[in-house]
Amino acid sequence: MNRTTRRLPRKALAWQVALYGLLILLALVYVYPFLVQLATSVKTEADAAADPVSLAPDPLTWAAYGRLFLRSDFPVWFANSAIVTVLVTAGRVFFDSLAGYALARLRFRGRGVVYAALVAVMAVPTVVLLIPKFLVINQLGIYDSYAGMVLPLLVDAAGVFIMKNFFESIPASVEEQARIDGAGPFRIFWSVVLPMARPALVTIVILSFQGSWNELSHFIVSAQSPDLTTLTKGVASLASGQLSQGSQYPIKLAAAALMTVPVALVFFVFQRRIMNTSEGAVKE
Amino acid sequence: MSSRPAGIRRGEAVTGWLFTLPVLLILGVFLLVPVLMALWVSFSDWSGRGSPLSSDVGFVGLDNYAAVTTSGSLAERDFGIALRNNAWYVLLVVPLQTALALFLAVLVNRAVLRGRGVFRTAFYFPSVTSSVAITVLWLFLFSTSGVVNTILARVGVAGPNWFNEPSGVLHNLLGALGVRSGPEALTGHGFLGVTWWDWLAGPSVAMSAFVIMAIFTTSGTFMLLFIAGLQNLGPDIDEAAMMDGANAWQRFWRITLPQLRPTLFTVLTLGLIGCWQVFDQIYTGTQGGPGKTTLTPAYLSYQSAFLSQDWGQGAAIAFILFVIIVLLTILQRWILRERR
Repeated sequence: MNRTTRRLPRKALAWQVALYGLLILLALVYVYPFLVQLATSVKTEADAAADPVSLAPDPLTWAAYGRLFLRSDFPVWFANSAIVTVLVTAGRVFFDSLAGYALARLRFRGRGVVYAALVAVMAVPTVVLLIPKFLVINQLGIYDSYAGMVLPLLVDAAGVFIMKNFFESIPASVEEQARIDGAGPFRIFWSVVLPMARPALVTIVILSFQGSWNELSHFIVSAQSPDLTTLTKGVASLASGQLSQGSQYPIKLAAAALMTVPVALVFFVFQRRIMNTSEGAVKE
Repeated sequence: MSSRPAGIRRGEAVTGWLFTLPVLLILGVFLLVPVLMALWVSFSDWSGRGSPLSSDVGFVGLDNYAAVTTSGSLAERDFGIALRNNAWYVLLVVPLQTALALFLAVLVNRAVLRGRGVFRTAFYFPSVTSSVAITVLWLFLFSTSGVVNTILARVGVAGPNWFNEPSGVLHNLLGALGVRSGPEALTGHGFLGVTWWDWLAGPSVAMSAFVIMAIFTTSGTFMLLFIAGLQNLGPDIDEAAMMDGANAWQRFWRITLPQLRPTLFTVLTLGLIGCWQVFDQIYTGTQGGPGKTTLTPAYLSYQSAFLSQDWGQGAAIAFILFVIIVLLTILQRWILRERR
């Protein structure tokens, strides 16, 4: 540590400058596209076409946003994404932690089988499931409904593992006392163990929020009605030029920017957690 | 554990099953049953109407699989093209995203680095945004007179018409050297309805834009995995090697990298699995065009089933894709296994 506080030899200093220069350059490459996106969303179409690189709109106009909110289905898409995301996240927090608790703490015949089945399930690539999911949703008569959009996403195997790992790290003695006091298993889970699991729960909330907000393929195969269009589907249809004549880049980029706002907010609020959760998110 | 009174443990079997029931039920109904149903559909002539399980749906054996692999028809050629496109995508994206992620991780993992939170945030942010939003942005950046071409023009390069350019980059390179058509041995024969010469076309210019996008959006996620891996390494071996006079480059190759093997395996596997499933970007951006050069098996499977109503073929393509992913993952595990 204190190596840095000492005076650096000239060669080391040159290295430092080069390192920071490289990092700043790379960071600019990663951030610049998003700045362009924001800038373009408040440009006129002519300005966006004339000087796409510039970050200074001339003139600055909120027309794209006005158009999206007042004269398109954007608010419906936003509401649908919000509804689905809230339901999916609530379901995953509850069901994943319930199952995770059982796998971590309860001794029951067949537990090994359940565990193995979950591991196997995680290995199935989702894109292979597009057709089959549609088939089952259709058979169950929940195609083109919130039920069809939400139910299949309500649990996820990775979330169960995150919760299981967390519960295993809580000392068993915590539950012992409640058990002696006569609390049943659900009561112990709900009022003793679950409140302690906040860090793991936050992880599940972040992952399922991002996952369901950004989900596209499942919504393509589970619903078709315009009333049930989510942001991902809606903005994808915008991209292929549904709204418009011409390129309409300001509107498309404004829509893409707006759909990024909620995940960006979650990201910046929980940044520290997100930066540390990636280990838990992936099964070793 | 076993010293606990039996009475308290008695209800656990029931509770255990009750607690795991919702997860098992939902995954069973929306994952296991669908896979079995699709397997059946891939062996049937179901037309998309009524139930695939009804008695008037016939079993056609391997016909659907044959249609996309040996029929000599358009379906076979489309499948061949989709495999070609995706294979190039994987071949470029997986090594590049892994190398870039590792490079970023090593850069920001230095203890003495100031503002590393800012850098990490910048590199990771593209990973949290949806593939749809990123694709919309990419269509703008790589449009004919878009940001990328404007910047290229300033350094004197005439950029291509990215998302409308079907020519393969390797063919273009050869073209620049004056080679415009392949030898008879390559153009006369082929695999899956695509000549060897066309297999070697490289990714189309349009696909290259998707390659760049994939690297841009995933390097941040994998950087976090590498950072976690780096932080699990003890400094002892590194310091010992430093004492022995190994330079930074040698220490990285001989000491750090071998120790990162488990993380490397995770990153490569996740990358491989993800890259063979490219769908959102194609659906949002190019729908397989131009000239089918951004068609991928995942998108072709969707297209066959939902747009062309060829459900059996769509399901067959999905299962072939599944097998490809599983085989490659096993192969990778075998290559990267610990050798003693």
